[in-house]
Amino acid sequence: MKDLGSFARTYRGRIAAVVIVACFLAVGGWVFAQDKPPAPAPAVVAAAAPAPPPSKPDPAGTATGGIADVTAKTAGKPTLEEVADFAGHNRVSLNIMWTLLTGFLVMFMQAGFALVETGFTRAKNVAHTMMMNFMVYAIGMTGYWICGFALQMGGLGAISTMGGTGLLDSEFVISLFGKDFGLFGMKGFFLSGSTYDVAVFTLFLFQMVFMDTAATIPTGAMAERWKFSSFVVFGFFLSMFTYPIFANWVWGGGWLSQLGKNFGLGHGHVDFAGSSVVHMVGGVTALAGAMVLGPRIGKYNKDGSANPIPGHNIPMGVLGCFILAFGWFGFNPGSTLAGADLRISVVAVNTMLASASGAIFAMFYMWFKYGKPDPSMMVNGMLAGLVAITAPCGFVSSFWAFFIGAVSGVLVCWAAVFIETVMRIDDPVGAIAVHGVNGAWGVLSLGLFSDGTYGDGFNGVEGTVRGLFYGGASQFVAQIIGTVTCFVFIFSASWAFFKVYDVVFGMRVSPEVEMEGLDVPEMGVHGYPEIQGPATLVHAMGASMPKTPAMTMAPERSR
Amino acid sequence: MKKIEAIIKPFKLDDVKEALTGAGIIGMTVTEVRGFGRQKGHTEMYRGGEYTVDFLPKIKIEIVVPDALADKVVSLVTGAARTGSIGDGKVFVEPLEEAFRIRTGERGDNAV
Repeated sequence: MKDLGSFARTYRGRIAAVVIVACFLAVGGWVFAQDKPPAPAPAVVAAAAPAPPPSKPDPAGTATGGIADVTAKTAGKPTLEEVADFAGHNRVSLNIMWTLLTGFLVMFMQAGFALVETGFTRAKNVAHTMMMNFMVYAIGMTGYWICGFALQMGGLGAISTMGGTGLLDSEFVISLFGKDFGLFGMKGFFLSGSTYDVAVFTLFLFQMVFMDTAATIPTGAMAERWKFSSFVVFGFFLSMFTYPIFANWVWGGGWLSQLGKNFGLGHGHVDFAGSSVVHMVGGVTALAGAMVLGPRIGKYNKDGSANPIPGHNIPMGVLGCFILAFGWFGFNPGSTLAGADLRISVVAVNTMLASASGAIFAMFYMWFKYGKPDPSMMVNGMLAGLVAITAPCGFVSSFWAFFIGAVSGVLVCWAAVFIETVMRIDDPVGAIAVHGVNGAWGVLSLGLFSDGTYGDGFNGVEGTVRGLFYGGASQFVAQIIGTVTCFVFIFSASWAFFKVYDVVFGMRVSPEVEMEGLDVPEMGVHGYPEIQGPATLVHAMGASMPKTPAMTMAPERSR
Repeated sequence: MKKIEAIIKPFKLDDVKEALTGAGIIGMTVTEVRGFGRQKGHTEMYRGGEYTVDFLPKIKIEIVVPDALADKVVSLVTGAARTGSIGDGKVFVEPLEEAFRIRTGERGDNAV
């Protein structure tokens, strides 16, 4: 090897290397050229043969595309069936394309979450907080592929906007009071067998990124003290069990979605894009996790009063919020699962209006109550508006969208302080207030303000979706049942999981590790190696911070 | 020789430097430091909660000059660093035993 290396460094050696590489490329190109491209479909050949396309440029775009582009046996003269066939294929293409594209936008929200959560936590934990947000994408996806998707969507039935394929046809159902209660799906494990299908794969991608949104919410509330190993196990738990099961009840044809059909409660529990299914599940899981973990060292004084622990990078949090707001244009409008459903314009506008009013009302609330418009709460206000409008975005007018966001802007500020000072639960980034509280407000607001202009046939119930103020009292009841179910099921399942795990393996890092910062003990590397200073200086916390022996050791270790 | 150690508000560094170089005093060492005196830190707001930052960022300037120049340097520094509000900082003067210029081996006043 040494000889080869020195040969390569000589002038001749280099020329020889270039010649060898060139030969490889030439041979490779020749071999590749032998791989004949698959023969084009005969219909396309037929279409192209008699009428060659005009070779004139078309800068205005008005002449590009026409009857010759309709696949037909006789080119330029398609039969009615051929036109209809083509139109149907185009509609489904548009829907699948829309669903995939919006799914890609939602995937990017992971970046937003990573930035918000890391920005609002301390510099000594950045590598740890970032990597939870990073790995939850990979771990969640794997768990969802193994069984999450199957449990959630295995009994969905026909995917009407994507060609109506009914491959996901197996739901576990129990019968009570003579009615069917769907509990979980049983088809699509590993996306194998008869679910090897474009519509199913499209649905998988879209639902997977939604699940990941829920999975990444608890990492914020549990940041700065959670063992990474315990987080990894949790990532599988949520993506394989709790999320898919509740999502099945609402979106997979399960019992909550059937409350309308079975008991005449509106259209059943309706959640357009996931205020309850995604955000409340994430927020309630975060609540259970933060309760089991307990507050960070130094968060509460002996008399029970709370010390603020400021995040280390406000610009990072604000950028993350903007990325999330952008991703929400995939989250909500994409939830039509149909680009051909033009309600997407109303959904998109409602989404942005609620984000605006959420931020504005959080700003004024903090400004009037505490004297300054707190940046972290303006960010959380925008996120709260987005979370709340996620359920009702498809069913309300722009006025109510703005109103729903405005309420969230105030609600999130109030809830964050309430959770911190009254419930004494330490949530470093405010995830419980943003996603849990406002997720609940979102699904309830749908039951109040849905104006009956959309949703005909939703969940198999005729007529449009109407809230309490538009003559749909029973819809509001369905929303309450959905909200309570979400809280009870998700909280008890998650709390039990966290508690058992904590007792058996331990969920929390040692106090020394927590004081020093989780980056080196947990991840083996500092997130910011060059600015890491003594903890007492970087995180000057005031006289209220307990001065424990571990604290004085920290500077020594972190160098 | 005297060593003059001044702890000042960070945004006053340029004023102090210009005052000294303008008067022909060349050479200083600057360090970013944190600390508190009578000002006792300050309070900030985060998510509706008030908290105290004890150790405020300051700049420490070290200047070594011949004895005769010490008073002049002190008055230049205090003049340039003063805002009149609490937290302006302090100046300490201490005698210095010896100084060496590493490159030439000169010592004493010649070395500073």
